[in-house]
Parts: sequence; structure tokens; C-alpha cells
Amino acid sequence: MMTSTYAPVWLRLLLVALLATVGAGRAAAQSPLEITVAGGQFKPIPIAIASFEATGPDLGPLSARLTDVVERDLESSGLFDVIPRSAFVSGSAPFASVPQFADWRTINADALVTGRVQRGPDGRVQVQFRIYDTAAEQELEGLQFLAPEADWRRIAHKTADAIYTELTGEGPYFDSRVAFIDETGSKGNRVKRLALMDQDGANVRYLGPEGLVLTPRFSPDDRSVLYTSWDTGSPQVFTLDLETGQRERLGNFPGMSFAPRFSPDGSRIVFSITEGGNSDLYEMSLATRSVRRLTNNPAIDTSGSYSPDGSRIVFESDRGGTQQLYVMPAGGGEARRISFGSGTYGTPVWSPRGDLVAFTKILGGRFHIGVMRADGSDERLLSSSFLDEGPTWAPNGRVLMFFRQSPGQAGRSQLMSVDVTGRNLQVVETPNLASDPAWSPVRN
Amino acid sequence: MKIWGLLVAAALVAGCAGKDDTLDASATADAATAVPGGTFGGPGLPPPDSVEYFNQVVGDRVFFDTDRYNLDAEAQATLTEQARWLNAQPAVRATIEGHADERGTREYNLALGARRANSVRDYLVAQGVPPGRLDTVSYGKERPVALGSDPQSWAQNRRAVTVVLSTPLG
Repeated sequence: MMTSTYAPVWLRLLLVALLATVGAGRAAAQSPLEITVAGGQFKPIPIAIASFEATGPDLGPLSARLTDVVERDLESSGLFDVIPRSAFVSGSAPFASVPQFADWRTINADALVTGRVQRGPDGRVQVQFRIYDTAAEQELEGLQFLAPEADWRRIAHKTADAIYTELTGEGPYFDSRVAFIDETGSKGNRVKRLALMDQDGANVRYLGPEGLVLTPRFSPDDRSVLYTSWDTGSPQVFTLDLETGQRERLGNFPGMSFAPRFSPDGSRIVFSITEGGNSDLYEMSLATRSVRRLTNNPAIDTSGSYSPDGSRIVFESDRGGTQQLYVMPAGGGEARRISFGSGTYGTPVWSPRGDLVAFTKILGGRFHIGVMRADGSDERLLSSSFLDEGPTWAPNGRVLMFFRQSPGQAGRSQLMSVDVTGRNLQVVETPNLASDPAWSPVRN
Repeated sequence: MKIWGLLVAAALVAGCAGKDDTLDASATADAATAVPGGTFGGPGLPPPDSVEYFNQVVGDRVFFDTDRYNLDAEAQATLTEQARWLNAQPAVRATIEGHADERGTREYNLALGARRANSVRDYLVAQGVPPGRLDTVSYGKERPVALGSDPQSWAQNRRAVTVVLSTPLG
């Protein structure tokens, strides 16, 4: 029987517990299989996901869907090569016994995952799975998740996150969401709507009426979204509570307010206010709504983004003549320019890891998504097209999402994702045209 | 032929709104439907105190170079006519919309649109239009009038449009 080896951790939806091993020795903390994902040389890790066993006839379809989502998550990361089940020598792998490792080595699977889906006495779904190193013939991890059946996709994402984290050493990101702008209508009269989906494009829902809304940003506690809307005539910053649906205008300024972003602790926002045609950066305390000016000059200062420790802000300004990136203390003060390549730079976003700043770069008539260190060194461009804009970081700082617009009267915006190394550029499917993605934290 | 006459008149009176001597399709359509008989403004022209006259004859918009918000001689000539018209219609309010082309990032373009709208506002105020009658709003790159992705389209989209909502005569 499965027993927890330590007290289960209660999360909001999911019960996570470590499983006892089935016989093969559990590996030491540092997995021998762990792949190095930072260097230039890279080969995706070949992994076999055995279909999770359904322990009741009614659980068969659920188990199949769940396994599919796990596979798609891992494959989409670009860090795994998921071996098709048709290639499996031994068909499947029983969950309760030690796998025949030789069979899995034969198909070049470096890692193997086996799993089982059961229904608990309270009707909830319990998913158990084990991760094996086929060369070392070791179990690396055994976990179980318990959740209402309606949350089966989240169980799948949590399972994929556990596999991803165990084998890559990177933080999780599959169980997260993306706020974005849904676009319909013609290019000359776009109708925009705030929308929310799972990071893999599932469960799209709309968060408000059609209108003109831009640039949603997730709160660090995953509960609310900031955005900019013309609802009151001119652009102003609003906040939307995702649970209650309550929306509130934060900006009530004579000119306009825009480009909001939360501080890492969620207590403040940095945003721009425009007065007399001049845009400067301000911060607002969300508790007191007091507003403090951070920059004061005739240039356009906008697109502020806090460092993960909250001590600094990276922003864009044309104070030097063209749009460039600057870093200043979070309370204002001397700003230091960090972008020195040719072209212009905008929309800086500090990585949740703190090491990198992602940006949009305009160079030679093309738009690029790029990253540089926070001191401006090691600039790398990850994408290039007629119009690539608005990067947002996955919660683990490993993947970026942005939007790409094609040229011409029929120009279409769609969401794209790319690995921070520039590999694995992919389209993120959405029901309509889409822009301005904003990645949530990992859900709990 | 009525539309042609109107466009030629616009070019003569206001130096024409567009640098390539065309108005955007929607403005042309508006002109076609909004000109009843031109009883006041001469043959084919709307009444001089009408919104249509302001839009089509005075010229409701001025244009900017890439990333710029200064007013060139042509823009100043148009705005001088706008100010003259607004000063002759003391009950009229106007909203100045600032726009940018699609070749910039969204938030920068919002700020740039605000700069352009403010340039126009300042110029009109300097020409005697009371500031209380003028509002500004930026649309950044959200509301292009020319939908192509070419220099001519972008030039038409880098604009500030003085929107006169109504006049006493409607």
C-alpha cells in the first residue's frame, strides 16, 4: 500500500504527498539524470510517459486525457523528447512494480514515468506517479495529488511540473495562467477584451466586456490583474479581482494613467501618469492609494518593472533622444542607462530570477524580443519579425511569452512562446487574435 | 463628382489634410453622406459653421514625423485655420486625439500620442482658443486610419485629429 512518508501538505486544491518507493532505490537529492539547460550544447531528454493506469472503468478516459496533458506540457517546454507510446516495447509499465528497465533503455528512454488514477472515497481524483532513471535503475521521485475531478487539468499540470522540476532542476511553470487581450474586428477598429487562460491555452474565459483595454499584469498573489482601459474616456489604470469580478479604477488623473505593474510584494504599483503631454513614472500604495512621483523630466518615462527584490525599477525613456532602458532605485533617484546596442528598446520586464531583463528591440525595421543582464551586458535577441512585442516571463524565468503581429491590412496578432535560450519558438493557440500576454505566478 | 469637388476645396483652403492629397476612406464616406446641398459654403460645400466643414474644408488633422511631436509649417497652417474656426464658434468643444503608427511599442505610442495631442492643444490655445474648450486623449497605435504596413500608411496614422462633436446648428 502507498503511504505518505511525511505529513501531507495541504494546498488550496491539491494534496501533495511523497510516495514510498516500490523497490528500486530512491536517488540522492542530486539526480544523476539532471540535465544542464543553461549551456549552449543542448539535447532534449528522451522520456517515456506510460499511460497512467485507470483503476476503475469510469476513470479510463480521464486517465488518457490526463496523460496527454502531461506529455504536451513536457514536449512544449522544448527540454523533453517524449517518446510515442507506439514505440514502447513492453506496452505499458505497471505502476505497482519495478519497471523492466532494459525495455525502456531499448527505446532510448533516459527517464520513465508510471502512474495510476484512482477515485478516493470522497469522490475526488487521486493521481500517483513515479519518475525513474532507466540507466541507474533508480526511482527519482514518487508523488500523489488529490483534487476534485473538475480540476483534472491542474493535476496534470502539477504532475508535469514535478517531472520537469525533478529532471531539469528548473522551477515549475505548467500550473499557471496567462491573462491576455482577445482581439476581434478589423484592423482599423479592433475590439479588445480582457481574457484569461491556462498557460497551455485551455480554459479560456473572458474577464470583461468588449471595448478598448490593454496590457494586463498579474498580481504576485495570483488574485488580481491590473490593466489599462478607455472605459472612462481616456486611458486609466484599473484593477480586477479575479475571484469576485470586482473592478476598480486606480487611476483618476486629469491626463491619463497607463503601463501599470505590481511590486513583487503586491503592495505597490509602478505606472505612468501623463500630464500636459509629458509621461513620468509614479508609484501608488495600494493600501492608502497615495501616489508618489518617481521621475520628473520632459522625456517619456514608462513601462516600469520592479526587480524581484523590489529594490530597483527598470523602465524605458527617451531622455537621451531615443527610447532606451534605464535602471533606478525603486523610490526614484539617479537612473543609469543599461541599453547601448544599436536600435531602440522598450517594454523591459525584470526576470523573476532577477538575473535578466527581457525587452522589445526595434532595429533595422524589425522588432525583436531579447534579454540582457540587469547591468546591460550579454544582450541576446530571441526572436525577429515585422512586429514582436511585449515579453512576459514564465514564473520560473525560463520561458517567455510575447505577441507577434503580421503586416498589412489583414495583419493578425498571436501569442508566441520561446525558451530563454532562443530555442523552441512556438505559437500559443487562442480562439481569436491575441496580444499583450501576462503570465501568472505558479498556482497553489 | 461632388466628393472630388470637396477634396479639391479642402486642398485649396487648408493645404489639405493628407500629405499625399488623399483623405482616409472613412472621412470620404462621411463627406459623401453628410453634404446635403452646400447651401452656405458655395457649390458642393457644407455650411461653414458645420462639423462637416471643419472636418473637410478646414482640415481636422495634422501629421507628424516618426517619433516626433513638433508641428511643421503645414500642420501650423491647418491649426491656424482650426483656431480661427473654433474662435468663430465659441460654444463648440473639441477633443484632440493623438495617434501613432504601428512601428512602435504600445505604451511608448500611448505616451507619444499624448505628446502629439498636447502639441496641437498648446498651439490652438496660443491662437486664442480657451483651454477649457479643449480635451485631449491618446489612442497610441490602437486606431489606425490607414491599414497598410507601408510608409504612406504609417504617415497617415501619425496624426492628431481635432474632433468637433457638434455645433449649434448641428
